[in-house]
Amino acid sequence: MTLAPGRGKKVKLDRLAELSAVRDDERGVSLWREAMRRLRRNPAAIVGAVILVLFVLVAVVGPFFVPYGTTDTMGIREGVVKSGQGIIPGPSADHWLGYDHQGRDEFSRLVVGARQTLIVGIVSTLIGLTIGVFLGGLAGAAAGLGGRWGRALDNVLMRIVDMMLSLPSLLLAVSVAALLGPSIVTVMIAVGVVSVPIFARLLRGSMIAQANRDYVLAASSLGVRGSKIAISHILPNSLAPVIVQATLTLATAIIEVAALSFLGLGNPDSAVPEWGLMLADAQPYLGIRPGLAIYPAVGIIITALGFTLLGEAMREALDPKLRR
Amino acid sequence: MALLDVQDLSVTFARRGQRTVHAVDGVSFNVDAGEVVGLVGESGCGKSVTSLALMGLLPRQRGVHVGGTANFDGTDLLSLDQRSMRDVRGRDVAMIFQDPLSSLNPVVPIGLQVTEVLVRHRDMGRDAARKEAVELLDRVGIPDPRRRLKEYPHQLSGGMRQRALIAMAVACQPRLLIADEPTTALDVTIQAQILELLKELVRDLGTALIMITHDLGVVAGMCDTINVLYAGRVVETARRRELFAGRRHPYTEGLLASIPRLDAGRGEKLTPIRGSVRDVLPWLDGCAFAPRCDRRVEACVGEPPAMVPTHTGHEYRCVNPVPLASKEEAGA
Amino acid sequence: MFRFIVRRLLQLVPTLFGLSILLFIWLHRLPGGPETALLGERGTPESRAAIRESLGLDEPLPFQYGRFVKRLIQLDLGTSISTKREVTTEFLQRFPGTVELTIMAMVIAIGVGIPLGYLAARRRGSLLDQASVGGSLLGTCVPIFFLAYVLKAIFAENLGWFPTIGRQDASIEATHITNFFVLDGILTREWDAAADAIWHLILPGIALASIPLAIIVRITRASVLEVLGEDFVRTAEAKGLTERTVRRRHVLRNAMLPVATSIGLLTGLLLSGAVLTETVFAFSGIGAFIRDAISNLDYPVLMGFIMIIAVIFALVNLLVDVSYSLIDPRVRVR
Repeated sequence: MTLAPGRGKKVKLDRLAELSAVRDDERGVSLWREAMRRLRRNPAAIVGAVILVLFVLVAVVGPFFVPYGTTDTMGIREGVVKSGQGIIPGPSADHWLGYDHQGRDEFSRLVVGARQTLIVGIVSTLIGLTIGVFLGGLAGAAAGLGGRWGRALDNVLMRIVDMMLSLPSLLLAVSVAALLGPSIVTVMIAVGVVSVPIFARLLRGSMIAQANRDYVLAASSLGVRGSKIAISHILPNSLAPVIVQATLTLATAIIEVAALSFLGLGNPDSAVPEWGLMLADAQPYLGIRPGLAIYPAVGIIITALGFTLLGEAMREALDPKLRR
Repeated sequence: MALLDVQDLSVTFARRGQRTVHAVDGVSFNVDAGEVVGLVGESGCGKSVTSLALMGLLPRQRGVHVGGTANFDGTDLLSLDQRSMRDVRGRDVAMIFQDPLSSLNPVVPIGLQVTEVLVRHRDMGRDAARKEAVELLDRVGIPDPRRRLKEYPHQLSGGMRQRALIAMAVACQPRLLIADEPTTALDVTIQAQILELLKELVRDLGTALIMITHDLGVVAGMCDTINVLYAGRVVETARRRELFAGRRHPYTEGLLASIPRLDAGRGEKLTPIRGSVRDVLPWLDGCAFAPRCDRRVEACVGEPPAMVPTHTGHEYRCVNPVPLASKEEAGA
Repeated sequence: MFRFIVRRLLQLVPTLFGLSILLFIWLHRLPGGPETALLGERGTPESRAAIRESLGLDEPLPFQYGRFVKRLIQLDLGTSISTKREVTTEFLQRFPGTVELTIMAMVIAIGVGIPLGYLAARRRGSLLDQASVGGSLLGTCVPIFFLAYVLKAIFAENLGWFPTIGRQDASIEATHITNFFVLDGILTREWDAAADAIWHLILPGIALASIPLAIIVRITRASVLEVLGEDFVRTAEAKGLTERTVRRRHVLRNAMLPVATSIGLLTGLLLSGAVLTETVFAFSGIGAFIRDAISNLDYPVLMGFIMIIAVIFALVNLLVDVSYSLIDPRVRVR
């Protein structure tokens, strides 16, 4: 750092004073703005965000531009597809990804499948999020602010959550699915239920930690009511990890839906394409046309990766320990 | 010949997208055998980084550069490779740090943390090491040392932990001990005990001690020679009595003047040094202390001031130093 | 310590209690009602009547629940609709297979994951580090059954290095005592049988290990990174200890604590994965059987297995907690 050339020492001394003044302008930056700044500089976050934007674009807009209908079994009609004899034509000029085992255009199904996969992922995550946040928030607020009855309520709620956790996720999903019969809604609910304990625990832990902080003590000593403290003060500060977790859960939701479809619990009718279902249906034809499995699998992997990259980057960005 | 002769030590940290930090910017001092030398300064003046550089404990990353020489009994510590440095550390040069709780491994018993030094450098067998460990713990004033061997750090009090760390440091009777703010994290009463312990050990073992602290009180009670650091460079070096009686550098003067005194009248204001550590001029462009200095003159800006030597060995880096009170005091 | 274990076991009771209530409700909510669920569509009128009798379906609900619990405690979990054998028998016969598979997966995940995570942390920012982080992210994004199929297609069907299905080659006449095929081979000194069993475990083991491996690499790396920055590591270095000592006694002993906790939590993932992996490789463990039970609507099996697995799960968690207090002296129970 060199001083600007000036007329003699007096200028230099004035510059000194200037420099000392300049350094006092550091203002506090909010957690969110700081996080956005860090995210923008993180290459993984950018890659994740790009993938997501592409995925959402394809899912929302794609279906309007596909060349063929997704239920049109043209391959069988035209006689080119004979899955029983092991003939399923691959990519060609007319059909960019070829036909699937029922003679439908694979490319169109893949694009439309993106939409269904997105919907399924979002809905199941939302189910888990809403129920989990409600349970966890209630438990956390009760434990932090409610005194003896609050702690008892917290105990009961957490026992329920523990019960849900006492089963491996797949078995829990299977039990739910068995109750409701195979359908896409079943799968969404099942996967949603599996993620409830995660959100509940997360929010509860976050709220309890916040409830012990000094600003809560200050608010309550000023006479602010417990419920108001919980909603206006504690909840906003506890939301950051929940948002991170929601993003990560979206990734696993998509994969778990695929697993449940693979096990036969999803929509038995493959008319509406969904990547997990397409992957499951393609298993018998792996020898003849592995592409039928590879395309949706790659789609799932890349999309899940996108959500995961973004989620992990957000977790790092929002980590208060890393703030300078 | 000095035991340790540090010449022009510099440590720079360069990180992508940020300004290069000159944590240590040309530090020179020496330590004689058995001498207690103080490194004094505010936080951020580079005293800790200096000690870490001497011990070779700075992170080995791309942006970290160490320059200068540190001649320890014939060998330049800064030029040693990691392997040779590992032999030197703990055996010839040892160090104790500021926070005793975080400086101890929480999942390993205290006894093992002491014996491992003995096993490593003095090739002792397990039983011999354990016996020696008991004696060491006893020597540093830990009661019931045999039982302590099996205890974990969280079971000891703050003072005892620091004593244990001192025991580990002197286990191999090193010729040089570096203490980086050893009492800052402790209660005031324990502070005095630990300092007494250090003084005893230095006397009994003939170890030289580099005492790093921001507390002039500590320095006054312990050090033979004192080096005052500012912004990564030594600004004043003097023997104890001369420093307190006849300091020359305005920064030293500021430090001494800012100490609250019991005999000051009520209502008398404290006199801090104006400005803050961040109001600094790079040494290249003049005296780093200039922005905060009451005795600043034109000559202070533009050229870095050089160390002014005197016949008593008292040196100061100032072109307009604090005047001596009177001829008699200066000569004392 | 003893009291700690007892206390935890007691805490288990309400959870299992609640679970049994849930299962009871679940059973009664299944399509077709409990008789259809337990007997299948093809139940004869006599057997249906018998079931009604034994379940006490005409009695008020609380009594039914009482019978239900009594049967559970007596370990009478019903009969499989598809195989007509007792659910408990089916479980005991197939469980060893899944255990062997799980052990193989954990060996791979830990044996590769911990060293890799450690090295990635030590060489932060290096190619190895970035590849490890990237790989572990990718690992959690690949559906296990897809990975299993890919492995099977490439290494078993195409290259022929590994067997494609099953737990053991039929041509090797292996004697089975415990149903742990590897163990049986060792016990009977039929080394070829043991080796063959291990060979059959490798591909499914790799597939099953993918997610735990990814998680272990990530946690180990993060944990080692954190420990490396701790003051006591600096003290250890200041003492001039050898790199090996610092690594083992100071870095790893502390860094492994979070890893140990998560290993316990991985059991759930392993079980879910086992269902998928065993299906792909036609590996006759409980996973494949659950899969069949789903397609056959074999509810007794589902219910029974779920109950058993919940208990095992809870016990494993208890074991993990106990071992955690053994490893970390700060958590020692008074």
